[in-house]
Amino acid sequence: MANLFPKESNIVPIKIILCKVITVIVIILGITYYFTPKYTRVGYKPTQPVAFDHSLHAGQLGLDCRYCHSFGTVSSHSNVPTTQTCMNCHRQVKSNSPKLAPLRESWETGKPMKWIKIHQAPDYVYFNHSAHLNRGISCASCHGKVNEMEVVWHDKPHSMGWCLECHRNPEFHIRPQEEVFNLDWKAGDGSTKAQVAQGRELVKKWDVNPPQNCQACHR
Amino acid sequence: MAHGTTSVNANSPDYIAAAKQVERPPLVGNGRGFHWITEKICSIIEGDTPRWWWIAFFITGAISLLVPISLIYLVSTGIGTWGLNHPVGWAWDITNFVFWIGIGHAGTLISAILFLTRQKWRTSINRAAEAMTLFAVVCAGIFPAFHVGRVWFAWFLAPVPQANAIWPNFRSPLLWDVFAVSTYFTVSVLFWYTGLIPDFATLRDREVKVWKKKLYHILSFGWRSSNRQWKHYEMAYLCLAGLSTPLVLSVHSIVSFDFATSVIPGWHTTIFPPYFVAGAIFGGFAMVLTVMLPFRAIFGLEDLITEKHIDNMCKIILLTGSIVGYAYLMELFIAWYSGNPYEKYAFWNRALGPYWWSYWGMMICNVLIPQLFWVNKFRKNVVAVWIIVWGPNIGMWYERFVIIVTSIHRDFLPSSWGMFKPELNDITLFVGTCGLFTWLFLVFIRFLPVIAIAEVKGVIPEADPHFHGKEDPKGGHHV
Repeated sequence: MANLFPKESNIVPIKIILCKVITVIVIILGITYYFTPKYTRVGYKPTQPVAFDHSLHAGQLGLDCRYCHSFGTVSSHSNVPTTQTCMNCHRQVKSNSPKLAPLRESWETGKPMKWIKIHQAPDYVYFNHSAHLNRGISCASCHGKVNEMEVVWHDKPHSMGWCLECHRNPEFHIRPQEEVFNLDWKAGDGSTKAQVAQGRELVKKWDVNPPQNCQACHR
Repeated sequence: MAHGTTSVNANSPDYIAAAKQVERPPLVGNGRGFHWITEKICSIIEGDTPRWWWIAFFITGAISLLVPISLIYLVSTGIGTWGLNHPVGWAWDITNFVFWIGIGHAGTLISAILFLTRQKWRTSINRAAEAMTLFAVVCAGIFPAFHVGRVWFAWFLAPVPQANAIWPNFRSPLLWDVFAVSTYFTVSVLFWYTGLIPDFATLRDREVKVWKKKLYHILSFGWRSSNRQWKHYEMAYLCLAGLSTPLVLSVHSIVSFDFATSVIPGWHTTIFPPYFVAGAIFGGFAMVLTVMLPFRAIFGLEDLITEKHIDNMCKIILLTGSIVGYAYLMELFIAWYSGNPYEKYAFWNRALGPYWWSYWGMMICNVLIPQLFWVNKFRKNVVAVWIIVWGPNIGMWYERFVIIVTSIHRDFLPSSWGMFKPELNDITLFVGTCGLFTWLFLVFIRFLPVIAIAEVKGVIPEADPHFHGKEDPKGGHHV
């Protein structure tokens, strides 16, 4: 039989296999990196109508989170403050600042500020803020150190896997109840070991048993 | 044949006459030889496309377009376009899935179990039966994939790490099903393709056009028909046969677990796995005959697919059909003997409830009609065979419908009883898959050797190293 293909073609199958393996690896890595909330959500940092500086208010001035987000501990929803809340102070402080013009307009017209929502849980997720805040889970565990952010960004992925990570191992995040709103708090010497040691104690003491069934979040 | 016969004079006319009487009919008729087999099978591919083929191709192609149309409508509008609703959440879709998956069983049975049990008659039917298996599994796979509702999440069934950090539930038979069917499809493809390799080489050697020659060369992996290659080939084929044999039994057993592991009366039955496997082989062989007899007649393959082959397949249908009939009767017996009122009601409702017609349709098509194969005359008449096998073809669809719909439309709570009525989209999708199946088969018979050339050559007398010519009645050693 005459040769239908030149001798070099012997290596073609190996090349094809190699290409396929590389393509598959690239696709897997690409999807793992670009198609998960770690990439699609983390880092979202929209420009708000008023450049509210969390690092100034919650950091330097030491305002408690609950002053503005007042319903977090008592309801499933943690609210964005109304214009009234801002004006409690800003009627006196920087009352003529041009940066606050949209706020004053909202105050005068009665139309709410159009704050841009950063953390959006899907409709099929029933997340309850009060359940977490009243059992030693700090704001910082899900929202990062907002007291250090000049402009707030989406700090954690908020994927289902990320939720379950904590529901499966709550000792990595749970803290004494009085430290929930102290975003700078760290257990003992600040090491993970100290956190886990204290976390285990709290889990035992409060009999914390985070649900892992579908019904817990999807009803 | 004449080996070791020392006490009998093997040359006496009486002996020869007696030997002729008990001799098995040859597997290739009319004493056809190597050359004829190659010419006959290759001519189907190499010849001009017949007009009937084009007509059938366009008709079945048009029907198979119903599949994408129905699915687009289903996905864009919602799963309610199927008649599914409470309490009948599984209906035509799962019926069709089990129906097609069952049909896919004959191919592997012929290729694997008959190979391991050295049934040489498998050689001229295994290629087409395996092709039919693959096409049936393709049709079957459509239904559960879209049954999940949000088909774009069907990949959740695969155990891959993902952002939801959930893992498929390995305690669910529905997941076992995913693995069983995908393994079955993969092994069947490998088996089918391995068998095709020497035949692709035959086509290559006969081909004149260079591009086609090159294509066949690639498809045959550069097969040279050397002893060494044959040695590896046969070992690979044997290993794949060994792998597929348990699959023949496991796939439909696992399909039956989808029902048997539940608590619904009529589903919760230990007899299900063997009963499903027998039913699958029964329906599969019926479909093999349904598609094989027409192309046997059209291409004049009577010398390759002989009366003996058809006879054997009819007998398998008779056997498995009787097993299925026994299972039906045993279910009825247990419904009475168990004393369980729910079980008893489920079967009373099947036979006399609102779906009585499907139950009796199943009984007539699956149990009574195949009994005609006890009669030799029917097995020898291809037209009769072709008509009779429509019994199992229809009956096996009815069986799945009976099992699924009649069991769940009336369960423990009379307040939740209901009825199922198929919607147009149920019907178009099923008709579409029938078209797709036929269309794929038409493409197969036009472009690939429908009969395993190399294997059939291996079962003719000339392939025996001791062959001494057709005039030698003993065909054996010098005495």
